Amino acid sequence: MRGCSGASPPGGEDGGVTGLRIHGLRSALAGPFELEVNAGECAAVTGPSGSGKSLFLRMIADLDPNEGEVALGDVARGSVPAPDWRRRAVYVAAEPGWWDPRVEAHFRRQDAEAAVALAETLGLTEAHLSGEVSRLSTGERQRLALVRALVRGPEALLLDEPTGALDRASVVRAAAFLAQRKRDGLIVVLVTHDEDLAAQLGDVRRRMQDRRFAV
Amino acid sequence: MNPILLTAPDLLTAASLIVLDGALSIALHLDLHWRLAVATARMVVQLLLVGFVLRLVFARADPALTLLVVLVMTAIAAREVAARPAWRFARGGNLIVGGAAVASATALTSILALTTAIRPTPWYDPHYAVPLTGIILGNVLNGASIALDGILGGVAQQRAAIEARLALGDPFRLATRALRADSLRRAMLPAINQMSAAGIITLPGIMTGQIIAGMDPLEAAKYQILLMFLLTGASALAAVVTVVVAGRRLTDGRERLRLDRLRERRRT
Repeated sequence: MRGCSGASPPGGEDGGVTGLRIHGLRSALAGPFELEVNAGECAAVTGPSGSGKSLFLRMIADLDPNEGEVALGDVARGSVPAPDWRRRAVYVAAEPGWWDPRVEAHFRRQDAEAAVALAETLGLTEAHLSGEVSRLSTGERQRLALVRALVRGPEALLLDEPTGALDRASVVRAAAFLAQRKRDGLIVVLVTHDEDLAAQLGDVRRRMQDRRFAV
Repeated sequence: MNPILLTAPDLLTAASLIVLDGALSIALHLDLHWRLAVATARMVVQLLLVGFVLRLVFARADPALTLLVVLVMTAIAAREVAARPAWRFARGGNLIVGGAAVASATALTSILALTTAIRPTPWYDPHYAVPLTGIILGNVLNGASIALDGILGGVAQQRAAIEARLALGDPFRLATRALRADSLRRAMLPAINQMSAAGIITLPGIMTGQIIAGMDPLEAAKYQILLMFLLTGASALAAVVTVVVAGRRLTDGRERLRLDRLRERRRT
């Protein structure tokens, strides 16, 4: 429930160094990258398609082979098992995958209530959560993937084009939603084509070009 | 109990049926007669060759020679397991998976049968060891190749779903559990179906052979039952080893899904 209740900001305000620190992150395909994002802040990465934005997020989540230092607060990525790390820094793909025909199977039972509350903030209803994945529109799936990630209580969200399939009204709602999560202490790394969204949410801005940050 | 031995004219009479098939292919423009001829020729040569080799192996009764024959058969089966799936691991990985599955399942089941149920003296008597290994290999090959095809094809197809679970912090084992169970289930089905159909829809080959060779039908049935246990056990074992070994190669120390290690076979 961390990160969605607002009761206990991840990292805390009195715990010394908090935030996401990335140093010398590289793979055969991309990097090296340097980036620091404080707790409650958002780094917005924009850039053309194929410039390496998704690769960057996947490397932070350790989903692709890579090297370099990544830490959340005083927890270094290499010091915890990979699943633990990915629970702290959850990657949400642009086209999220679903492993069961039923939407509800993607949520742990103890998260069901929190999921409904979050879904409603994003303009979804309980019916969306009890239905079938195949009946959902791309935009609905994208928002449900965001809910699915948040109920697990991550310290950082790595969002890959989270509003790519949303209409303008839904984008505004999603932006307000993410701004609220930031105030609760969530760290966001946002990859997007939407310059307005990047300007609105991004405390740190980076431009990706040819698989590295443009100077 | 002496079997009726076949003579060359006996075989030629039966071969007339193949000639008839060929004539049918020409008359109906099936365009199969050339392939039929090649397949027939291959079958005759292969079986006669095996007959000669086995005669030699049996006459020598040399454990090293028996082992060599069994190893060659195992290698051929492993290669077949590796070649069948549409996806394959880079750098000969399929051969490693196939070899591990085929060799472990076949060795374990054959040795179990030879040392407990059949018990020839010595237990590695080629009369028993070679044909038994052969029939077990055939089933193990099926189980392992279905399992390998299932897991490699499935993992490529379900990439987004598996990575979604990994990204949420689920361990690789959990993220691929449904896929592995599904591959195992598919690999087990032929063996289960074979047992259900045994004796009703088909009279199994071994039993038929033993009855023709003069064995009492009930004794032949008992032999067949033993074999069915062995075959089902062996193909399940091969499927499990395949799924475990292939699963391990699909991930790494950081529980990533390593699809970069897979290649799709070029369609010809």
